[in-house]
Amino acid sequence: MGWFLRSKENIEEDKPKEMPDGLWTKCPSCGEIIFKKQLEENYFTCPKCGHHYRIGVLEYINIILDDATFEEFNSNITSGDPLNFFDSKPYLERIEQSRNSTGFNEALITGLGKVEGIEVAAGFMCFAFIGGSMGSAVGEKFYRLAKLSLNKKLPLVVVCASGGARMQEAALSLMQMAKTSAILTELAEASIPYITILTDPTTGGVTASFGMLGDITIAEPGALIGFAGPRVIEQTIKKKLPPNFQRAEFLLEKGFVDIVVPRKELKQTLSILLKWFQN
Amino acid sequence: MEKTQPKYLLEFEKPIYELEQKIEEMKSIGEVINIDEEIERLQNKIFELKQQIYSQLTRWQRVQIARHPERPYTLDYINNIFTDFVELHGDRLVRDDPAIVGGIAKFNGHSVLVVGHQKGRDTKSNLFRNFGMPNPEGYRKAHRLFLLAEKFSKPVITFLDTPGAYPGMEAEERGQAEAIARNLFLMAKLRVPIIVVIIGEGASGGAIGIGVGDRILMLENAWYSVISPESCSSILWRSWDFKEQAAEALKLTAKDLLELKIIDRVVPEPLGGAHKDPKQMFTIMKEVLSEELENLLKIKIDDLVRMRKEKFYNQGVWKEL
Ligand SMILES: [Zn+2]
Repeated sequence: MGWFLRSKENIEEDKPKEMPDGLWTKCPSCGEIIFKKQLEENYFTCPKCGHHYRIGVLEYINIILDDATFEEFNSNITSGDPLNFFDSKPYLERIEQSRNSTGFNEALITGLGKVEGIEVAAGFMCFAFIGGSMGSAVGEKFYRLAKLSLNKKLPLVVVCASGGARMQEAALSLMQMAKTSAILTELAEASIPYITILTDPTTGGVTASFGMLGDITIAEPGALIGFAGPRVIEQTIKKKLPPNFQRAEFLLEKGFVDIVVPRKELKQTLSILLKWFQN
Repeated sequence: MEKTQPKYLLEFEKPIYELEQKIEEMKSIGEVINIDEEIERLQNKIFELKQQIYSQLTRWQRVQIARHPERPYTLDYINNIFTDFVELHGDRLVRDDPAIVGGIAKFNGHSVLVVGHQKGRDTKSNLFRNFGMPNPEGYRKAHRLFLLAEKFSKPVITFLDTPGAYPGMEAEERGQAEAIARNLFLMAKLRVPIIVVIIGEGASGGAIGIGVGDRILMLENAWYSVISPESCSSILWRSWDFKEQAAEALKLTAKDLLELKIIDRVVPEPLGGAHKDPKQMFTIMKEVLSEELENLLKIKIDDLVRMRKEKFYNQGVWKEL
């Protein structure tokens, strides 16, 4: 059964810190006071400066897919702990916490849905789940989603948000980069379109595998997209990075994303793209 | 007497070195009674000590061996076990990246393509090689060469030895992530046999960026993981001082990864590590590679590519609730 059938109370928590708890919020970019309702109506972007708030899986599902069309698959897949990894707390405890706080079992939610009537296989990464990191479970869910898109000959759309590979699974998470890239070769051979939507932030092993392998790569305005994180780069080069560095607009300029699309126009753009592939 | 003080001595190599020095001293004095007997006794002791030290290396000690500055690098293997190597340069887009070398060569009578990370031996060559940390151009050069191999049906052999893809501004501007992703994609479907050998450090995306293949081999003292022990330590414990614990937690040795079925085969090193006896290391490598290559060449290419993909599809440990 899909999560969307659960009561709303249980799934409030997939909210990143930036999202307001109260009735109103102050835009972190321009300082504008925005009412929560107003923010929601504006696709969680600031009506004044256009700042894109980080939003969760549920919001993206609502924004991109037609109402009540999403059917989740493989929601029962979650990480094992093959290495018995332990840092300040055991890895399994970390997973348990993320499961409780997000309402999801892993950092990638997968299923079928419709975009303006066009059926797609869709994946949504949950940044609130251990930084949207890719371990074995995310890799497996991506693999099964791609396989589903292959078998049903449906376009694959993935909304990325990730800090990279999951450290607690060490080399196993590294292997997920190869696994997810390998299944995409089969989609390519079958001429099945694959569209990625890179949101804030998409870095590390996710960018360096399925994140950058889309037939069409969309980025959200202002999203941080890169391989190395900005702090690591600053430590390496021993100077501060310019403010726009690794942002969506910067990647557009450098030629690494196809389009930067404001969230408001995301669904419409997606539908135009999907229709182009269809014909 | 001339003392041959080695340039680099790891902490756990010291007791062995001291005994070896003792033998040298005795030989140079030459007037001790029963000198041959005494030397033999010491040599036995050295052998026992080595057996003891190297049979119980910690993971962190193996990381140190993997980084030993006298360890054979990609070009050493190429020059010693391949013939007719011609290095091919450049990604045809920006420049040549010396942190990844590649070219055509002969191995065991076969025309092959060889690609690998390349570190430097001293400050100057390390700056030139960027300490074996590639920029996107390195991965794109490899990409170009993989296509060349495919076009002419030549097997590919890659050597992995990098502390990571370079986290620099220009590397980001020129699409480090995209360059690595394209290689993963291409290597997964390349229609020629691919053998991957992790010879030293296999750090993260920078390593796997030339590391997808039919057979993944790993030297006994190499390490391979998603992050270096130091970086892992700094993230988990907010300090670089817990690298030993981090190395243990990451389970990054060849033995660990064989158990996890991430690699297919451990390549043994001479006692004490590849740097102790490079000649023997080359002999072992040649034998192993030739056996692996002959086996792969027997498999039909359609089957090989299908098996390669399935091998990676099976990677991971998850559970179903
Ligand atoms: Zn604003």
